[in-house]
Amino acid sequence: MHEWALAESIITAALEAAEKEHLKTITEIKIGIGELQQIEQDIFEFALNEIIKAHGKKLKNVKISIETEESTLKCKICGHTWSFSDMMKKLNEEESEAIHFIPEVAFVHTRCPKCGSPDFEIITGRGVSIISIKGKR
Amino acid sequence: MEVRVSVIKKRLKSIKRIISVASGKGGVGKSLVASTLALNLAEKGHKVGLLDLDLYGPSSHIILGVKDVFPEEEKGIIPPKIHGIKFMSIVYFTEDKPSAFRGIDITNIIIELLAITQWGPLDYLIIDMPPGIGDETLDVIRFIKKGEFLVVTTPSKVAMGAVSKLLKILKELKIPVIGVLENMKMTESSIIEDTVAEIGIPFIGSIFFDKNLEDAIGDGDLLLKTKFMEELGDNLKKTNL
Repeated sequence: MHEWALAESIITAALEAAEKEHLKTITEIKIGIGELQQIEQDIFEFALNEIIKAHGKKLKNVKISIETEESTLKCKICGHTWSFSDMMKKLNEEESEAIHFIPEVAFVHTRCPKCGSPDFEIITGRGVSIISIKGKR
Repeated sequence: MEVRVSVIKKRLKSIKRIISVASGKGGVGKSLVASTLALNLAEKGHKVGLLDLDLYGPSSHIILGVKDVFPEEEKGIIPPKIHGIKFMSIVYFTEDKPSAFRGIDITNIIIELLAITQWGPLDYLIIDMPPGIGDETLDVIRFIKKGEFLVVTTPSKVAMGAVSKLLKILKELKIPVIGVLENMKMTESSIIEDTVAEIGIPFIGSIFFDKNLEDAIGDGDLLLKTKFMEELGDNLKKTNL
């Protein structure tokens, strides 16, 4: 249930943003999930709903939508780009689980498939983020 | 929109004191002081956590002999207990393989670790810092508002040159510094104490080089019996730890 901690981050950040914007109620939160973090969507949604229930009025009728963002990786040495599914083929279960917790350990467990460098970057699809929030003042 | 930063405060809410063990220079014994400080406080009956933030070269797990354990998943991750200390490190996720990270990745790892680790109530969280005043130091200052620093140096003028810079920036930013600990002292000299006094930071004291210490590395029980540990304990009595 590491998804719980991330769901809690989403709700805490959304409530903070609502406070800042003087929103009385939040009507919609659009969440982005990067492929790299391999979030179990069922567990994540369950955690979100449980946390929302505990926050009462402000989030009572909030609509949650979740978009998955594809992960792309790019080598800083040779410029090659590759996808999350290319990367996953070479990982064992433990390595994949480690990336689920800390996406940056991808740099530890994988290499650029073209030149073998560990010096690449996560261009898209890293972790969990809020894409947009809607609410009423 | 980055969301994880919002939850960090909540994760650290039940921790009474957060102490970063830092130095401007590598190889001065930061990890050893951080690990043994955690052991010392746990022995006194306090609830203690230890977070190794030396992401390129983590070594607290080697000092404490941490093997074959992994955090438990429960609304985040719960650090395993080693010698009564809740211990969190990147090594659980790297299998101790070489870790080449750039600055932005370092920041992301620190945010992730702080956002998902469920420490629970603690009297002390000790952070084993990497050397210098780079990303990790700046991120600890940025994300841990109630943090304090304990700075380690050796009697070397070379080490003290870099340590002075760390002390000056901490002073400029008005971050509480418990004091400076001089480690691996070999001869009587007040050069470190004098330099620290000039900067206007408390000097805690010295720990003499303990040639038998290496034999105790990896074994918490043996570490507790070393001369190093005894001298560390004597020095800590001069502080509020």
